[in-house]
Amino acid sequence: MNNDDTFEPVIIGFTCNWCSYRAADTAGTARVKYAPNIRLIRLMCSGRLDPTFVLKALANGADGVLITGCHPGDCHYVEQNYKALRRFHLLKRVLTQMGIEPGRLKLVWASAAEGAILAAEFDKFINEVRALGPLNLPLQKQKTFSTPALEEVAA
Amino acid sequence: MSEKIGVYVCHCGTNIAGIVNVEEVSQWAGSRLKDRGVVIARDYKFMCSSLGQELIEKDIKELGLTRVVVAACSPHLHERTFRTACERAGLNPYLCELVSIREQVSWVHTDKIAATAKAEAVLSGGVERVIHNEPLEPLKVPIHPDSLVVGGGIAGIQAALELADGGNHVYLVEREPSIGGHMAQFDKTFPTLDCSACILTPRMVQVGNHPNITLLTWSEVTKVDGYVGNFEVAIKKKARYVNTELCTGCGICVEKCPKKVVDDVFEAGMAKRKVIYIPFPQAVPNFPVLDAPNCTFFQKGTCKACEKFCPTNAIDFNQKDEDITVKVGNIVLATGYDLFNPRRIPQYGYGRLENIFTSLEFERLCNASGPTGGNIVLKDGITPPKTVGIVHCVGSRDQNYNGYCSAICCMQSIKFAHLVHERTGADIYNFYIDIRTPGKSYEEFYQRVLDEGTHFVRGKVAEVTEVARSPEEEGKLIIQVEDTLIGKQRRIPVDMVILSAGLEPRYDAKETGKLFGIACSADGWYIERHPKLDPIATMTEGVFIAGCVQGPKDIPATVAQGAAAAARIQGKIQQGEITLEPIRASINEDQCSGCRICNDLCPFSAILYHEDRAVSEINAALCQGCGTCVAACPAGAISGTGFSNEQILAQIEGLLLLNIDQKESKKVLA
Repeated sequence: MNNDDTFEPVIIGFTCNWCSYRAADTAGTARVKYAPNIRLIRLMCSGRLDPTFVLKALANGADGVLITGCHPGDCHYVEQNYKALRRFHLLKRVLTQMGIEPGRLKLVWASAAEGAILAAEFDKFINEVRALGPLNLPLQKQKTFSTPALEEVAA
Repeated sequence: MSEKIGVYVCHCGTNIAGIVNVEEVSQWAGSRLKDRGVVIARDYKFMCSSLGQELIEKDIKELGLTRVVVAACSPHLHERTFRTACERAGLNPYLCELVSIREQVSWVHTDKIAATAKAEAVLSGGVERVIHNEPLEPLKVPIHPDSLVVGGGIAGIQAALELADGGNHVYLVEREPSIGGHMAQFDKTFPTLDCSACILTPRMVQVGNHPNITLLTWSEVTKVDGYVGNFEVAIKKKARYVNTELCTGCGICVEKCPKKVVDDVFEAGMAKRKVIYIPFPQAVPNFPVLDAPNCTFFQKGTCKACEKFCPTNAIDFNQKDEDITVKVGNIVLATGYDLFNPRRIPQYGYGRLENIFTSLEFERLCNASGPTGGNIVLKDGITPPKTVGIVHCVGSRDQNYNGYCSAICCMQSIKFAHLVHERTGADIYNFYIDIRTPGKSYEEFYQRVLDEGTHFVRGKVAEVTEVARSPEEEGKLIIQVEDTLIGKQRRIPVDMVILSAGLEPRYDAKETGKLFGIACSADGWYIERHPKLDPIATMTEGVFIAGCVQGPKDIPATVAQGAAAAARIQGKIQQGEITLEPIRASINEDQCSGCRICNDLCPFSAILYHEDRAVSEINAALCQGCGTCVAACPAGAISGTGFSNEQILAQIEGLLLLNIDQKESKKVLA
């Protein structure tokens, strides 16, 4: 815990290789500052986002998850960000049913040039999750995330 | 853990080390991540240098490393550098990961303790992920040596000629009856005042005669399938109703045709043409086209004058559109621009008041083969103007219309001022916001026109009106403008107004882009791979852009881009095959239940369904690796190489420091 016992959220952010990850890089190159609470994972496309990733992140200690990708119409793979959008909306409802505040999951579009905008969105989301407080799900200490299907595929 | 992981933390001079305590991160990895398989952790000033890379290569050879993680700059910069270093040392390059602790940590955070803690988390994420990396081999696909150039303006012509001169076959597709594009419409070009047709037509003729160019005018691309090196393109050759094997281009059919319609393409609406027509005298190819929707025969079943008088029986009213398919390895999109429509600015009176012309219309007025034989006269066809107003930035640099600068309008407006001065001796006013003359000899041209006595008024024109407030204004067009250099409103009566309308993307640019798999920016111009370092490539391998499709530019820049696209393609053709990144998806047939949810998700049509076995299969060469199907499969039957479920789930654990003492995890949240 922090010395002064203030809660600092941990956010996992999913970025897409072509737009939002490059936007984060652009923010870096421009030295735009944002809070250190967010840790990014690079996917090739926001369409790669499996809802299980979000659930795992929350189950393993994250207090919030941010999904980012190319603006609708600009997806490098044509239209896969629309599929990410659909999954996001359904997932939000599922999370609410599980008793997790919907404000812990957010979707933001950013193009490769919008570094400053993305950095501002990071800060905004971090503040929103800080206000919600820690998630405090009982932590899963599994070494790998296994479902029967995945185990067979891995075998 | 059976893997032997080497961790390398880069200082990047002070770029990283100035904020992140790199020695601490390296020591932390060496001790706390030992149980995860890290056998060596080093930090070094510049990992991307030869010495830095050698550190990795030495450790691979001496310690038998099976995985490498470098914590440094963005993978978009040096992932390939480190992967190649691993390859040199005998380790499969895809077993190396680069995580960013510079763009995403040291450059964006100020709290050193928090930044160091985050760097440790990011590194841990990379370590957990790399354990699940698999050795991959890049795909090699052959490159078809033919190329497709879409658009027969100067950009497309340049690209086609360079490719053809290089010994490669090119299909040049143009949707108008002749190549030439907008440049064929101009009279003189700035700053040299070269006659546009005189410098363009020799190239057009070369294209028409070149043994390596298949010229398909009056044609459009309807479908593009395939991937770089192996595109299959469907082209519709629209019916000309003229048999080009028999036609000699004599032009008798055009002469005898009894019906005229307004030519709103080449003549920009300033003149009429016949229903069967050759767009301009120097057209390539020199075959006429019959405008069927306006043809008396197609409307009423009578006339057929052209057929009667054709000496070679070349007119064929039964001709149909022809659909062909061609195979090419690379594509250049050079479809040009459209002009901003000044009707959208009602206060400028265009379309409502007489003697207000757009830039393209004025070009036709100046052109010797235009409606007035090159005489600059008013709409009555006889009277030359005594005063002319030229308005810059119409629809450009304007929050209400297009925010960008159209790059060529200042020079074009100055050119118009020169031509009006030369041919009419009229009093000329140019209304500008800034004078932008950056090219070679451009500023000198501006000085020359200043010396000729043209008045330059710095102010955005508010209104063009015919409502006179004084006797001098009667019968004139009055330009209302604030002259910002003297701080006064002015009303300047003129006989003729020329609106330098801005450049816009083609009205169907977005649809055309979708056909080829490329996207448009917010302004509608196609998106280049990198705005500074790669303006002619796109995010789609094998598809290139040249000329104004990428953004407004002058002729020299357009020609340079056409040549650049050709050079890039020649380089690829020479290599004979292209290497594709092995980031692909594949379906485990035993897991697949045949639900077909994945089939419709693929925008590249890479997933086939086998009816007999009731399973789906992915074509590895068509697959672009987006991973949407991997995420969608309810059975988890699809795996994605390079971004597998195992890798990402492990990375999540690593980022949250799950496999390390939980108390530690809380501490690093700082």
